[in-house]
Amino acid sequence: MKEQEDGFVSADKHGEDKVEQLVQIKTLFFARARDLTGTNDVLLEIPLGSTTKDCLDKIIGKFPRLEEILGCVVLALNEDYTTDSTIVKDGDELAIIPPISGG
Amino acid sequence: MASTTDESSRILHEIETLKSAKFDLERRISALESQLHNLNQPHNNGVSNASSTSPSTFPHALSPDMIYRYSRHLLLPSFGVQGQLRLSKSSILVVGAGGLGSPALLYLAASGVGRLGIVDHDVVELNNMHRQIIHTEAYIGQSKVESAAATCRSINSTVQIVEHKEALRTSNALEIFSKYDIIVDATDNAPSRYMISDCCVVMGKPLVSGAALGLEGQLTVYNYNGGPCYRCLFPTPPPTTACQRCADSGVLGVVPGIIGCLQALEAIKIASAVGDPLSGRMLLFDALAARIRIVKIRGRSVQCEVCGENSEFKAAQFQEFDYEKFTQTPLSTSPLKLKLLEPNSRISAKEYRDRLRSGEPHVLVDVRPEHHFKIVSLPNSLNVPLASLEGRVEEVVWALKEKEENKQNDDVKVYVVCRRGNDSQRAVKYLQEKGYPSAKDIIGGLEGWAQEVDPTFPSY
Repeated sequence: MKEQEDGFVSADKHGEDKVEQLVQIKTLFFARARDLTGTNDVLLEIPLGSTTKDCLDKIIGKFPRLEEILGCVVLALNEDYTTDSTIVKDGDELAIIPPISGG
Repeated sequence: MASTTDESSRILHEIETLKSAKFDLERRISALESQLHNLNQPHNNGVSNASSTSPSTFPHALSPDMIYRYSRHLLLPSFGVQGQLRLSKSSILVVGAGGLGSPALLYLAASGVGRLGIVDHDVVELNNMHRQIIHTEAYIGQSKVESAAATCRSINSTVQIVEHKEALRTSNALEIFSKYDIIVDATDNAPSRYMISDCCVVMGKPLVSGAALGLEGQLTVYNYNGGPCYRCLFPTPPPTTACQRCADSGVLGVVPGIIGCLQALEAIKIASAVGDPLSGRMLLFDALAARIRIVKIRGRSVQCEVCGENSEFKAAQFQEFDYEKFTQTPLSTSPLKLKLLEPNSRISAKEYRDRLRSGEPHVLVDVRPEHHFKIVSLPNSLNVPLASLEGRVEEVVWALKEKEENKQNDDVKVYVVCRRGNDSQRAVKYLQEKGYPSAKDIIGGLEGWAQEVDPTFPSY
């Protein structure tokens, strides 16, 4: 799946007047999150110092339907456990993993 | 209220005592059975004979038959006699004899687990066969547990196979789980997953949990050695719209096969105390990308309602808990039957056939996804998937206009059909709101058509 980048960087709340340094975060979607977004991953740009929560807010802005499942997902940053307040770095991979029930 | 609590704790205590006695008896029966088996089965592959071999030849409890059968296990330095012995003394319960349970059971039986339990209440169906590889065509229409047990016995007659031909419920789970060391969750729905995890916490049993859907699989070991339980990770159940079933979303047969094999592997590792179980980690399998990722997950949550520090969740609470209500999903696999519309907005498949025969001018809209429509459809139906109905309602309008002009009739009806009669109701509701009050859905969808009108119409 082709990674996509779009113009919602400029719409960021953190963007004050000063020029900001941005970091690129690759977000990976699994299971139901793939169905809801229609993609396996998306590249997003977010101001330096942002947290995983900021990333999620931005992703929901782009894919509002994800909101319904975010109460029941595992989040992993670079394949490691993460919390809402973790600061993301340039090149990080954030995985959104809803549980699968089927068998 | 207090006396009821006393009474129930007395009963629970008595159940525990009886269970423990029962467990001892079962162990003794099992030991005697295996002794008898060894006496009755003279060795026939040219290796030394059991009865003539002095005990000093092998200072362990593996019989000559077992040494030969499991020789490739014994040759593994990291597994060896110790691993095989532990495995042969272990008991493992597999809940679900479907896509995950099939390969898990096959490998667990083959590997020489001491006692292997199977829980399922379902029967084998033709549309299971592409992934539920433990069952053979001869068992279609018969109990999955009986079928799976027969296959396991044919692979390894020395394993004690226990058949639990019942649905797992809060009323029987404690008793069934009490007979096993390790639980394998090979079920297919959210309420069962919460119920099994909670029961494992209450009884202190490790849980090997696997799941598969579409082209993806997941695997984790829960409640192992202070690790997290299912609720630590998912305290809030997923919304019902996110609970997808293989029967609706499809699944590539080999995907649950791979996850089920990995479940057997993790169960064998725990039983034989070999290696590092997948606890505190989750394996994600992506079949299309040919990729396996293992992500670290959170540890045990101190706030967890079931396994947390201040949790009051014990056997009694477990038995009272309503898992269907908690997850808003039925435990049974029966598909949802919505009732969104008034009876006069619906017609049966037979009524539709009669109207078709009488030549009534109408447009039949099939609102299933396009890839469903490609499997099979009714003649002259117009495919407008429910998900795109809002943007494509014009197509229905054009079809109506065309019919009206052709037939010189301005009373052309709209009928809506789907697979089972749920989405068709949603679509009719939408069309009625958009100014087509006479739109009607066909009750039971194409499944209803196949049952009531045309038994040769393919179902899927």
